[in-house]
Amino acid sequence: MQVRVQEEPFDMGGELAGFAHGRRDAGAVVTFSGLVRDDTGDLSHLEIEHYPGMTTTAIEGIASEAIRRWSLSDALVIHRYGRLAPGAPIMMVATAAPHRADAFAAAEFLMDYLKSRAPFWKKEVTSAGEAWVEAKAEDEDALDRW
Amino acid sequence: MSVDVLYFAWVRERIGLPRERVETQAETVADLVAELTAREARYEAAFADPTALRVAVDQQLTDFDAPLAGAREVAFFPPMTGG
Repeated sequence: MQVRVQEEPFDMGGELAGFAHGRRDAGAVVTFSGLVRDDTGDLSHLEIEHYPGMTTTAIEGIASEAIRRWSLSDALVIHRYGRLAPGAPIMMVATAAPHRADAFAAAEFLMDYLKSRAPFWKKEVTSAGEAWVEAKAEDEDALDRW
Repeated sequence: MSVDVLYFAWVRERIGLPRERVETQAETVADLVAELTAREARYEAAFADPTALRVAVDQQLTDFDAPLAGAREVAFFPPMTGG
């Protein structure tokens, strides 16, 4: 399991290649990447705050659960904080499993839990001002399916 | 006892600081919230709607009725928006 919480950008392609390299136990690798979305065309940047100390531990707990439930060969989570421009990669997850169904399901589980249980908070800064992104009820509901 | 109290996102902005050391006799998180709310209007503003808040004790998510005995760190924040 690899968990990284960092301010600096990461190279999605390089991370995927590194994660998949040299595996003999996994027939499937699934990745998800989240980018900064500009809904209004007016977004200057996103500011992501996190809880140093708790963040890595919380993500490791979520990833451990994914590895256990879907018998993953490995899992990778990278999540950024700080100031991020529209279109910039925020985070990525990768899962490796013998078969694809487990790799897909585990990646979805990771994303659902990272959204509502990893201590990050997003603030949108536009020309009109700044506003904290509010958690959606459907994000909380998404946890029920697991 | 004394405990480190941390605030994140708009809770931090409303209270005006990221963390502070608090002397308290509170037995639960809810008691601590009541003590802080009684202090000043900015705390009252931050804790006005507890259902809009989440709490972690020693970096583990928990509930407002959680006991504080032996706790070193309590954090208050809005629902998380990761991913």
